[in-house]
Amino acid sequence: MKRVYVNEEWCLGCHLCEYNCAFANSGKSDMASALKGKPIFPRIHVEGDERVTYAVSCRHCSDPLCVKSCIAGALSRGDDGVIRIEKTRCVGCFTCVLVCPYGALAPSEEGVMQKCELCLSNASGEPACVRGCPNRAIVYEER
Amino acid sequence: MENYVIIGNGTAAVSCIEGIRSVDAGSPLTVISAEKYPAYCRPLISYALEGKAKPGNMDQRPADFYEKNGCEVLYGKKAAGIDPEKKTVTLEDGSSLPYTKLCVAAGSSPFVPPMTGLDTVEKKFSFMTMDDMLALDAAVTEDSRVLIVGAGLIGLKCAEGLADRVRSITVCDLAPRVLSSILDEESAALMQAKLEEHGMSFLLGDTADRFERDRAVMKSGKTVGFDVLVLAVGVRANTSLIRDIGGRVNRGIVVDTHMRTSIPDIYAAGDCAEGYDASLGANRVLAILPNARFQGECAGINMAGGERTIDNAVPLNAIGFFGLHCLTAGTAPEGCEVHEERGPGKIKKLYTKDGVLKGFALIGCEERAGIYTSLIREKIPLDTLDFELLKHAATTAAFSGKERRRKFGGAV
Repeated sequence: MKRVYVNEEWCLGCHLCEYNCAFANSGKSDMASALKGKPIFPRIHVEGDERVTYAVSCRHCSDPLCVKSCIAGALSRGDDGVIRIEKTRCVGCFTCVLVCPYGALAPSEEGVMQKCELCLSNASGEPACVRGCPNRAIVYEER
Repeated sequence: MENYVIIGNGTAAVSCIEGIRSVDAGSPLTVISAEKYPAYCRPLISYALEGKAKPGNMDQRPADFYEKNGCEVLYGKKAAGIDPEKKTVTLEDGSSLPYTKLCVAAGSSPFVPPMTGLDTVEKKFSFMTMDDMLALDAAVTEDSRVLIVGAGLIGLKCAEGLADRVRSITVCDLAPRVLSSILDEESAALMQAKLEEHGMSFLLGDTADRFERDRAVMKSGKTVGFDVLVLAVGVRANTSLIRDIGGRVNRGIVVDTHMRTSIPDIYAAGDCAEGYDASLGANRVLAILPNARFQGECAGINMAGGERTIDNAVPLNAIGFFGLHCLTAGTAPEGCEVHEERGPGKIKKLYTKDGVLKGFALIGCEERAGIYTSLIREKIPLDTLDFELLKHAATTAAFSGKERRRKFGGAV
């Protein structure tokens, strides 16, 4: 399956992916009204130090610890390999945060957990972090 | 052709079914379910009290799960015994079922120590099952004074679930602190303070000496009036089916890394099993949902002739109250080094020994905690990464470039 990968030697650490992610998942059509002056809750985050930076989002593991550990049955792996969270079932217990080796799940604005679902079901239709990456460090491909 | 039987219908059983069917799609499979419901997410019962989860939306799997997996489920039936020679399971109604491969996923039961006068209490409940929850739900009113005996994970989640629904909640425990099985004194005090903010009272290092209908007389001589009593002293693994036939049983049914018990063709998984804890380096009952899932799947795959082992299980607990979350994993072994960081409403403790991370407790700083958990599970030598950075924050930036590229460079 196609996944999001980051070439860390090309990542500028600009955090634009975080804004594009938050906007794509906001359900709004205007970026300024979606994001300006508010804390953002992106599903991708930039990590690193002064030497190297890279963005981290869900790896869509083939044997996902988060799905197996979810106490609410909110996380599932679809036939397409995409790991999704049903927000109405999540109770915000943080077990998925406790087990994800990549640090790819975090609370949403509403307190329940959220994660990258590859923008497949929002208005972007393809990963917004990839499309908006100014240095093409983030790619969406089969590996 | 095999003939699979699973005793139990919780998380471990569901995963066992999936494990079996990943290898063997056709052989008959029977599930003996003491509870009358399809497998539901047991830890949600406290959220159901609170109204955050609804009984109709708590199932572990879609409604057609058993049918799709070719399972016959015997609801409301209890296994009474196993005959390992004839390879049959006898049910309490006297009927018997043949098996070729058996999995005991019988869970655990509330442990209620003998307490004087308990029989005089009208409204008393355990808090383990859907039916326990529904009975408690129906028994409480806005005027109820609730006494919960046991300040562990079950007692406190029950308390949180009832917090906005009753007049008062008092929690007592013989241990001198809350969550004594997973937290030290300092961390426990922080969690207790959060619960007290929400109106709960605690009587710690004290326990009910006797009950007199609607009041408890404590060991200390104090008395507590109540209308509803919840008994959450502890749980015990359901081991009797295996003990009765001479199988190896300790606190739980002893299993190897394949989930095999000491009796041929009988496996065990979940809260009733005692498997290898990698952080402890010894067997231990890990009565937590993720472990039931891993063990159940492992048992199922091996029962069906596949190959799976589990040698990296560790204790994991995520528990939160009113927005303050506490995440723990692994153990704090004797003689370990403790790395601590504190802030307002925040405690982080990392336990290292022999050059690896063995355990941690994080309160109010849960961000990316799974990175720490992976260090414990994978026994990653701390001298191969930037542990100084990790002490401050859970980040994959602490890994070497090579390790990072392995983690993020390809499909996992």
